[in-house]
Amino acid sequence: MEIIESDILIVGGGGAGLRAAIAAAEKNPKLKIAIVSKVYPVRSHTVSAEGGIAGVLPNETSANDGDSLEQHAFDTIRGSDFLADQDAVEFFVKEAPREIIQMEHWGCPWSREENGKVAVRAFGGMSVKRTVFAADKTGFYMLHTLFERTLKYANIRRFDEWFVLKLLRDDARVTGLIAMDLRRGIIAAFKAKAVLLATGGAGKIYSFTTNANIKTGDGMALAYEIGVPLKDMEFVQFHPTGLPRTGILITEGARGEGGYLLNKNGERFMKNYLPTKMELGPRDIISRAIMSEIKAGRGFEGPHGAYVHLDIRHLGEKLIDEKLPLVREVAKDFEGVDPVHEPIPVRPVAHYFMGGVATNLRAETSLSGLFAAGETACVTINGANRLGSNSLAECLVFGRVAGEMVAEYAENNSVAINLSKDEIAQEEARIKKFLSHEGSERVAVLRESMQKTMEEHAGIEREKSSIQAGLEKIIELRKRAENIGLVDHSPIFNTEFVSALELKNMLLVAEAVLRSALNREESRGSHMRSDFPNRDDERFLKHLTLRQAQGDTSMVTTEHPVTITKWQPQERKY
Amino acid sequence: MAAAGTQILVKRYLSQSFYQTYEIRFQEDITVLDALNCIKAEQDPTLTYRWSCRMGICGSCAAVVNGKPVLMCQTYLGNLKQPVKIEPLRNFPVIKDLVVEIDDAFEKMRSVNPYMEHMKKKALEEGEYEQTPAQLEKLKQTSQCIKCMLCYSACPVYGFDKNFIGPAAGALAYRYNADNRDESKKERLDTVIGEKGVWNCSFVGECSNACPKRVDPALALQRLKLMGSLRLVTSLQ
Repeated sequence: MEIIESDILIVGGGGAGLRAAIAAAEKNPKLKIAIVSKVYPVRSHTVSAEGGIAGVLPNETSANDGDSLEQHAFDTIRGSDFLADQDAVEFFVKEAPREIIQMEHWGCPWSREENGKVAVRAFGGMSVKRTVFAADKTGFYMLHTLFERTLKYANIRRFDEWFVLKLLRDDARVTGLIAMDLRRGIIAAFKAKAVLLATGGAGKIYSFTTNANIKTGDGMALAYEIGVPLKDMEFVQFHPTGLPRTGILITEGARGEGGYLLNKNGERFMKNYLPTKMELGPRDIISRAIMSEIKAGRGFEGPHGAYVHLDIRHLGEKLIDEKLPLVREVAKDFEGVDPVHEPIPVRPVAHYFMGGVATNLRAETSLSGLFAAGETACVTINGANRLGSNSLAECLVFGRVAGEMVAEYAENNSVAINLSKDEIAQEEARIKKFLSHEGSERVAVLRESMQKTMEEHAGIEREKSSIQAGLEKIIELRKRAENIGLVDHSPIFNTEFVSALELKNMLLVAEAVLRSALNREESRGSHMRSDFPNRDDERFLKHLTLRQAQGDTSMVTTEHPVTITKWQPQERKY
Repeated sequence: MAAAGTQILVKRYLSQSFYQTYEIRFQEDITVLDALNCIKAEQDPTLTYRWSCRMGICGSCAAVVNGKPVLMCQTYLGNLKQPVKIEPLRNFPVIKDLVVEIDDAFEKMRSVNPYMEHMKKKALEEGEYEQTPAQLEKLKQTSQCIKCMLCYSACPVYGFDKNFIGPAAGALAYRYNADNRDESKKERLDTVIGEKGVWNCSFVGECSNACPKRVDPALALQRLKLMGSLRLVTSLQ
């Protein structure tokens, strides 16, 4: 088998992965950096991020006066329902402005004020305007700017359309990984001093999601299977405004610019739930409000489920085309509605994982040499509910930190790495066997069943017996997945094979979500238990982590305290 | 909404190429991509194509549908002449079925130095480089390119001569040269006015017709020709 050597391996080529690659390349031009991604980096899901990126720009450059790091930190912590680690949040808000300016220096076309300064818009849960944006294609512009920038560095080598099968480790630390080159259909081992996981979230465990097809929790599963814990997995964000037929995201920026949410009586119903914030509340509260309206019979009935209206007509065609062009584009193309003339049908949709691979402020995991950043990781700045526009900033801040850290780690650890030939041979044999396996289960059938289960048992509102039933179904599906048979036996670009491995990753993540959801007997942020409707700081002001048991495959839960620096937990009031 | 039936012909390439016909029943509001996903899940798991965001922004699901290069996720079955014929992008080597090798187009993009250079770098503490909305407007159109490579599939010049840098790389060069903040315009212009560069464009405009994001690479290439001519004239003086 081919063995590819580099100093640093970055798995994933989205916002966090590319930012890390650039940071490492700039820190040390002699380091050999490899980006291993299952898609061309510009196809990564960062591309679909729309509304903006939060950060308190210095007053002399920003249109917004009177903001402070302290305020951004508190908004984030209150948004997290006091589960965020406050040292992480303080570090994050301090670094975010630098990253926003850094992106500008690299050419990212942020939207501007008339005087040429970077513009900001309002966002949910942010007490002042501090969200920088590039129309409503912020993630697209960031990803392409980062990608184009990576083309400058000779020491960044890309392995596009390689699927990672397994991480490798010895007793002390990570040593590399095994991956398949999808185009050539061959398996190779990658040897490296440090590995960064930046593979995004796992929204595809749900059937109704804003997430792209590639969001299958690969990094989370890879980390878990090598003995690294996952943290805060019960917290899945449901975005208030997805298009009912497809789940395609309509940005929070639409409300940031002044859009209304209306029930079928034409009422701005948020006045009954969060009168001080109205449509600019945090996502968990707004999604629950929409579900309450629908339950009370005040939603609209449609062929793809009940929905409410997002009305931006009063903003006018000029503003919509200038600041929300993608909203108009996708509403027309995918829902057949022109928001300049009609309200947009929307309903809550699975969107983002607050949880992920447990890391510290330096993006380190519990395994020496293994790092994680972006949605894959859980630092945690998001706690029980992320504020919109904090995730792009998180990708940059912790992507940069991770890039510097992997570079430093690679510089300081020059011990010879020996990959186990037996382990590599075993993996190669396993993959060959799987490719030709004639099992009776089909990927598409199991995937649909998993997605339906998660919608039903791990949605916005949860309850003990339902979570338990969901968990049993997922465990059963994991067993059945061992008997998947492929129809496509070719090693060349075998997307059925990739889907099967992605499904196994997703099932692992799904089980983690349900287990943690079962264990957390309280309601906090996005995790709403109808049988435990209140927040319970006495029992649950803590993180739940899951790790693989020694010797068998069961999941073991451990607890970790929340780091409190300045802000004592209080009732979450707006 | 009534379901209709149709045949979908897919040009497949496994060890050789052939057309395979699939029969499906569909609702008016499904896309070509939805149809392929349906076929892959229910009829033929070996059918191979790329897709991801399904909202017209990631650029994965490019293919030639009824003779026209499109993104399958934003092409509705109900609007197409039936039976529907789906083929891989032209001008690229086929790997399997609808999956083509587009590395060459990405390398063309690399060749135009698509990154910002400043003669006098500002420290991050000094804040942003200024850019008025009017200055931003100048690069807005070309900055919308999602690198789906439909334009390379449509380009007759690239089809004939793989050395031609092609539409998207040209648009990308223009995007940075139209940016008031960039200070490496001459060097970048030199990368596109050589013998593999913009002069080879015959301005048939097929690239602009194919672009799903209205980038208009043909116009960008014409503007680069003008910039290139001016550069030649000034360098002779």
